Amino acid sequence: MALNQIASSSSRSNLLKPLITLFRPFSSSPADNTILTVETSVPFTGHNCDPPSRTVETTPTELLGFFKDMALMRRMEIAADSLYKSKLIRGFCHLYDGQEAVAVGMEAAITKKDCIITAYRDHCIYLGRGGTLVEAFSELMGRKGGCSKGKGGSMHFYKKDGGFYGGHGIVGAQVPLGCGLAFAQKYSKDGTVTFALYGDGAANQGQLFEALNMAALWDLPAILVCENNHYGMGTAEWRAAKSPAYYKRGDYVDGMDAFAVKQACKFAKEHALKNGPIVSTFIQLLFYYRLVSQSNAALERLHWNKQIRYRRQRILCSIGNMTAALSTPCSIIKFFGSFPFIILEMDTYRYHGHSMSDPGSTYRTRDEISGVRQERDPVERIRKLVLSHELATEKELKEIEKEIRKQVDEAIAQAKESPMPDPSELFTNVYVKGFGVEHVGDYGEFSIEIRLSGEKEGSEMPPLSTAEGWCGGRLGLEAYLLGFEGMDFSQILSYTEGNESFNQEAETSRPKLCFGISGLNMKPYTKIKVGYAYNRGPVPHFDPMRPLA
Amino acid sequence: MAAIFHGFGPAAAALSSSSSFDSKRFQLPSLKSQTERKGSVLVVRSDGRVIPGSNPKGRSAGKLVTNAVAAKADSSATATASKPGHELLLFEALREGLEEEMDRDPTVCVMGEDVGHYGGSYKVTKDLATKYGDLRVLDTPIAENSFTGMAIGAAMTGLRPIVEGMNMGFLLLAFNQISNNCGMLHYTSGGQFTIPVVIRGPGGVGRQLGAEHSQRLESYFQSIPGIQMVACSTPYNAKGLMKAAIRSENPVILFEHVLLYNLKERIPDEEYVLSLEEAEMVRPGEHITILTYSRMRYHVMQAAKTLVNKGYDPEVIDIRSLKPFDLHTIGNSVKKTHRVLIVEECMRTGGIGASLTAAISENFHDYLDAPIVCLSSQDVPTPYAGTLEEWTVVQPAQIVAAVEQLCQ
Repeated sequence: MALNQIASSSSRSNLLKPLITLFRPFSSSPADNTILTVETSVPFTGHNCDPPSRTVETTPTELLGFFKDMALMRRMEIAADSLYKSKLIRGFCHLYDGQEAVAVGMEAAITKKDCIITAYRDHCIYLGRGGTLVEAFSELMGRKGGCSKGKGGSMHFYKKDGGFYGGHGIVGAQVPLGCGLAFAQKYSKDGTVTFALYGDGAANQGQLFEALNMAALWDLPAILVCENNHYGMGTAEWRAAKSPAYYKRGDYVDGMDAFAVKQACKFAKEHALKNGPIVSTFIQLLFYYRLVSQSNAALERLHWNKQIRYRRQRILCSIGNMTAALSTPCSIIKFFGSFPFIILEMDTYRYHGHSMSDPGSTYRTRDEISGVRQERDPVERIRKLVLSHELATEKELKEIEKEIRKQVDEAIAQAKESPMPDPSELFTNVYVKGFGVEHVGDYGEFSIEIRLSGEKEGSEMPPLSTAEGWCGGRLGLEAYLLGFEGMDFSQILSYTEGNESFNQEAETSRPKLCFGISGLNMKPYTKIKVGYAYNRGPVPHFDPMRPLA
Repeated sequence: MAAIFHGFGPAAAALSSSSSFDSKRFQLPSLKSQTERKGSVLVVRSDGRVIPGSNPKGRSAGKLVTNAVAAKADSSATATASKPGHELLLFEALREGLEEEMDRDPTVCVMGEDVGHYGGSYKVTKDLATKYGDLRVLDTPIAENSFTGMAIGAAMTGLRPIVEGMNMGFLLLAFNQISNNCGMLHYTSGGQFTIPVVIRGPGGVGRQLGAEHSQRLESYFQSIPGIQMVACSTPYNAKGLMKAAIRSENPVILFEHVLLYNLKERIPDEEYVLSLEEAEMVRPGEHITILTYSRMRYHVMQAAKTLVNKGYDPEVIDIRSLKPFDLHTIGNSVKKTHRVLIVEECMRTGGIGASLTAAISENFHDYLDAPIVCLSSQDVPTPYAGTLEEWTVVQPAQIVAAVEQLCQ
């Protein structure tokens, strides 16, 4: 089935269909190193730069890989949905299904040394960067085996060795961080780039423009990618921005087409590294009309009064867009001039609501959602590609999906068995090395100095020595050790903890932390720092959520 | 008794066992008892003596600085010729520390407004851009939120940026980045990322700078988990704390004071790094513990002169470390004197003094003979008029009155 893309405004409805032109220059049996060419569904639009060509080269392995990855991501998000509804995942859970093409296409174009940083809709990007399903689910359920040890949650997935820098909850705050990553890459001159992802809602943030300015000013190898799913939480983008063209400003990329994403990211990376110093602005007539058609249905549901207002706004918007499109670059663009950094806009869509607490249907119609699912679903698109290239049969694809479902279920089962974090984990990783947290009340670390006392000063160190520490606090509390510093820990063969009260000169009982260390070659009267924490009961039953008595 | 490890001085090590000060202890018997260290870094104890005989912190005995703004090089001119070390102003000390760290570690970089070509609005980064280049000493546009965010992002990959806020008050614009990303990333990533960033800048009440430029941000930042805060007050501890902050793996906020930049002091020639969590014993005493930091240290020392004449013996501790508090030094002092006065420049409500009062009364309640008194700035926006501004901050006369009342 060869389908042609006609980019004309007359056949608007055609624009909504995923239309792919396939070329099969060689025989129909795909070998692993066959180059397949795929054409993207919608042409790229660029501003002040030549957009990349619509023809993307790929191999059967990559194509099948895309399918597997995206199906896995889709499955994971759906599973997370049901886990949330069964209250195993709490808090916020922002799901990425519908947008998988962006994650997968981007990964295909870059290496693990390049950095990606994104906002809170990060589960699939984490997977793409090399994260495992078990770690992802464990983190979502707050278990110790999670990628952030259960302390981050859905919005804080990180993978340092995979070049994934998160995972950030505050809208837009990750963009300056992304510029910082790019700055570090420029500083160390290692030829890598940073992709800083943000959404259409974040595109109205001031810090985005500050970051744009700085990235442009210092030629940072940063590529800012707007994952435009057209809704910032519950507000459609044309209701949040006076001129969506202005605030998005990117090369237009069809974000539901993984190959378009891949091509664009490859192009962007080369551009950024080669100092191809052009900023691209998005001329979005094409997009705009599509948006109009999609949101028409939503509009009809509004009261006629509001309808008038919004329609008027839309007309104004479109005039603004057309003016922007037709006129020469406005002063802002001129100011930007020519820089390596690039902005991409991925036109994508999310099926779920903004988060699990948002049904996703109050600000858009179910018809719109199912329309996009029918016509632009990224997984379906790849499935059709695979089938039409005869890389696998329908049955085989179904097998793959079943296998993926099994994988996901197994991962969930494994994650469910992962233990909750230890109570002492409350205090770890606040600071590096774990010292220096002031002791306040019951919970806290306290860095003290103690002496290892030997039999007498200057004597040979006995194999066992006792360390004592001063600690002040409330009566009846126990303290437990968190760690030592200043000792060669390989020398500590064993240590035991104990707590006892004793009467000091102030005639009060104070908890005294005692522990014995046995080791080799420890000099008497050496001073070491000890971190310890109070808890309100014995350590195994430490419950930080209990209110202080 | 100066065991030194990991570049951090023992927190008043000698005091851990005894509850009384012994002036003999202030002589470090020898620095040769140091354990092996790389290079010739000295780690200094909290009482501050580096070399027996030299007196970098000469304030303890006789010579009190009466003018907290700029120490005039008065009688020190004759005596200093033969003394070791070199004399410099506080901003030069900061620059020296910065330069040494930038020489030592190529990943250290500075970013801020006007730090590069202009040399820094308080000359702390003067000539560094010509030496290290524009990328390492980066002039940023006026966008505190994003260049702080940029520094944090760069720190995630391993660089060690130093962010200069032209005035601490401007860092309020970067509060989101400092609180959420700087302080919390190490925790929420499960320890994957460290953020070894230093955020520094001058704050405090200056000379009629107006309300928005006279802010004390210690109180706003103090409850952010994951950051450390230090306040420097002399050229000696400015350089030491700057170096320690740069070397620390944790994000550190270094509070300087606008009026202290021209303080002159003699500091050692050798390289030294101070401990970030340690308080400084400015003047040992017996009757009352006065805890202070930054510019108020000088008001306290001025008041101490009067108090000594009146027969009191205050123990003055410059707490230096605002987060976490050095409860060890403070605790030992409270155990000895049983009375505490806190003198700070922060606001009354929710300031550092308020937290310190709570911490001390929680931990050392049984050792106190009198309630803790906290003297802080008034809860008003700093007025422009000079006389009014004077009364916003704590004056020595008020300190003397408070001590007299406490020590009845």
